[in-house]
Amino acid sequence: MKRMMGVINLVNEPDDLEELTYSRCVASVPFGARYRLIDFTLSNMVNSGLENVAVFTQHKYRSLMDHLGSGKEWDLDRKRGGLFILPAVLHEATGMARGDLFQFYSHRDYFYRAREEYVVISRSHMVCNIDLNDVLDYHLEKNADITVIYKQADEEEFAKFRRLAVKDDGQVTVMEDHSGRLRTDNISMEMYVMSKELLLDMVESCLAQGYDHLVRDGIMKNIGKLGVYAYRHEGHTGIVNTIQSYYKHSMQLLNPKVWRELFFQKNLIYTKVKDEPPAKYTDNAHARNSLIANGCIIEGKVENSILFRGVKIRKGAYVKNSIILQNCEIEENVIIENAILDKDVFISRGRVLTGDKQAPFIASKTKVI
Amino acid sequence: MRKKECVAMLLAGGEGRRLGVLTSNLAKPAVHFGGKYRIIDFTLSNCTNSGIDTVGVLTQYQPLVLNTYIGIGTPWDLDRKNGGVTVLPPYMEQKGGDWYRGTANAIYRNISFIEQYDPEYVLVISGDHIYKMDYDLMLDFHKAKGADATIAVIEVKWEEASRFGIMSTDSEERVTEFSEKPKEPKSNLASMGIYIFNWKVLKEYLTKDEENPDSSKDFGKDVIPLMLRDQLNMYAYPFQGYWKDVGTIESLWEANMDLLESEPDFNLNDREWRIYSVNPCQPGQYVAPTAQIRRSLVNEGCSVFGEVEHSVLFYGVQVGEGSVIKDSVIMPNVQIGNNVKIYKAIIGEGTVVEDGSVIGQPEDQQDIILIGSNETISMSTMANLKG
Repeated sequence: MKRMMGVINLVNEPDDLEELTYSRCVASVPFGARYRLIDFTLSNMVNSGLENVAVFTQHKYRSLMDHLGSGKEWDLDRKRGGLFILPAVLHEATGMARGDLFQFYSHRDYFYRAREEYVVISRSHMVCNIDLNDVLDYHLEKNADITVIYKQADEEEFAKFRRLAVKDDGQVTVMEDHSGRLRTDNISMEMYVMSKELLLDMVESCLAQGYDHLVRDGIMKNIGKLGVYAYRHEGHTGIVNTIQSYYKHSMQLLNPKVWRELFFQKNLIYTKVKDEPPAKYTDNAHARNSLIANGCIIEGKVENSILFRGVKIRKGAYVKNSIILQNCEIEENVIIENAILDKDVFISRGRVLTGDKQAPFIASKTKVI
Repeated sequence: MRKKECVAMLLAGGEGRRLGVLTSNLAKPAVHFGGKYRIIDFTLSNCTNSGIDTVGVLTQYQPLVLNTYIGIGTPWDLDRKNGGVTVLPPYMEQKGGDWYRGTANAIYRNISFIEQYDPEYVLVISGDHIYKMDYDLMLDFHKAKGADATIAVIEVKWEEASRFGIMSTDSEERVTEFSEKPKEPKSNLASMGIYIFNWKVLKEYLTKDEENPDSSKDFGKDVIPLMLRDQLNMYAYPFQGYWKDVGTIESLWEANMDLLESEPDFNLNDREWRIYSVNPCQPGQYVAPTAQIRRSLVNEGCSVFGEVEHSVLFYGVQVGEGSVIKDSVIMPNVQIGNNVKIYKAIIGEGTVVEDGSVIGQPEDQQDIILIGSNETISMSTMANLKG
């Protein structure tokens, strides 16, 4: 699909991920045993045939840059197009960072040079497997100015998101921030398809009036004037920007139906390769209802948990309802329940750590407990 | 081309006849091993971990899978502008062409490839062993001894010595005698098929050997004995560590099982010496509430609902509820239904084992049952799989 280019917009991305984003941006938060959040959006774009993708970063992007590299893992190391990582530009006069429209403006040459007619602008915290070709087809069929992708909430959501009021013909009449009073089950997935021309118009006209916020100033304020349509995504979707939603949507991966749909039904989700050997289970290993990545060594007991690459669970240890990030070491006879351990955490022999399902115990990166 | 001190030539054209159906469509170096790898990954990773960045891979038998797998060498960091990996199949010349007629002939035919890099030394290795070795240390040894040729050797059990090329050495590790598969071995130092030669010397001897119509054009049988007869400086580099030829079904199975020991002799989890391979990009493995996994290696993309004991599961394997897998090697993307029993077997890539099938026996099974790729095993076809 050479008709559309992709923008992953990390500028002012909503973030209540607490310890998990102390030293990284939302996009590079590890998720689902071996991925980082951005892998889903990026893979969706690539799997939909997009060959020109820009990531507009804002801050704390060291681990993101390391992860993305040249874009090789996503087949985006191209001579033409490929992956562009565009760091935030500060306002020269004041030294202040400004909103996403200002960033688009600062990097406007990127848009001018692209040959694609349409652009899809997405956040990085949507865990789903979606074909964007269907969205563009819908956009063209509706003759829409802007198409926003949404999902129907079927259970309690713990994330921060916008809600939409959608007419029967798909037109969006109201779009409200998380704090708004609109009560519908239509939850915006913050993915917008529009023509590049409209986007650049919006950039110019908003900035001329002193506004610099794509969704609030560009779209929401003009919702009466523009033809904004909503495309409903039926597949599994996790909106992950709070600890509660991180925990909930991680645990949903333990449902084999969700696991299969997200990772196998359509296309693969790509990520940076680590060359870890297969997971090893010893004689005393006891693993039930868990998602386990390569490089793990399991000598103890693991239940309802997610283990990232290279985690070691020693003899007599018991890990339950927890998410253990890369390279953590859980020593003998440790008990961990309802916890999230960030990368490289070391839990010494015999410790007992328990959190609550609503408020899991969180250990920040490289902590020794 | 920039000059390289040492160029590696990796012999990967072997058919691996004794691996039966596993090599019906692919060369032996491309056979799967250890839950994630192909056999050639170990030598390619050794090269890259030893700092050798120029590798010629000599292919001949069934090269499709191997060629696709190696590609431009990206997984092993061998996608280089200068050097990197080059696949070298047999080719035609103006005066005709032929298959590689032996290991020495294969290198001889690629003299021009080697000369591009104007190397001092050439390392000759083969893609059918499982081991970790720092070739750089061997090269240091070669230089320190002032050798013309250095052959890596390993001590084998005396009763097995007659299966190998056996070296006798003096106290300085200088090779005094070499005999290929001797009936009555005088030593238990077996050649590992890993050689370092001074390139000038090797080139001379390859040319000599090529001109000899009686030669079988083989390193072990012809070139090394000829060098020894001419009293060149030949040394044996003693290697200690895990080294296994996986040329038979039994040894392939055994080597896989070796990885399941609690302190395996061959450690895959060594961060200082990673084994690189092409990654299938599948999600973490799903272990169901009904699953039981003990003493096993399980790779990404697997979903396990049954019982897995003392087995190796490659990527994308599905094990249904109520199934039992014991002492087996299950290759990529094998689908195992519900209530299946598999004992001491090797199941080829993509095979489907339908509900209720039984392969092998829980007790007293001697032979390993081998099932090829993309087969369908059902209750009706399994009668002859009792082991």
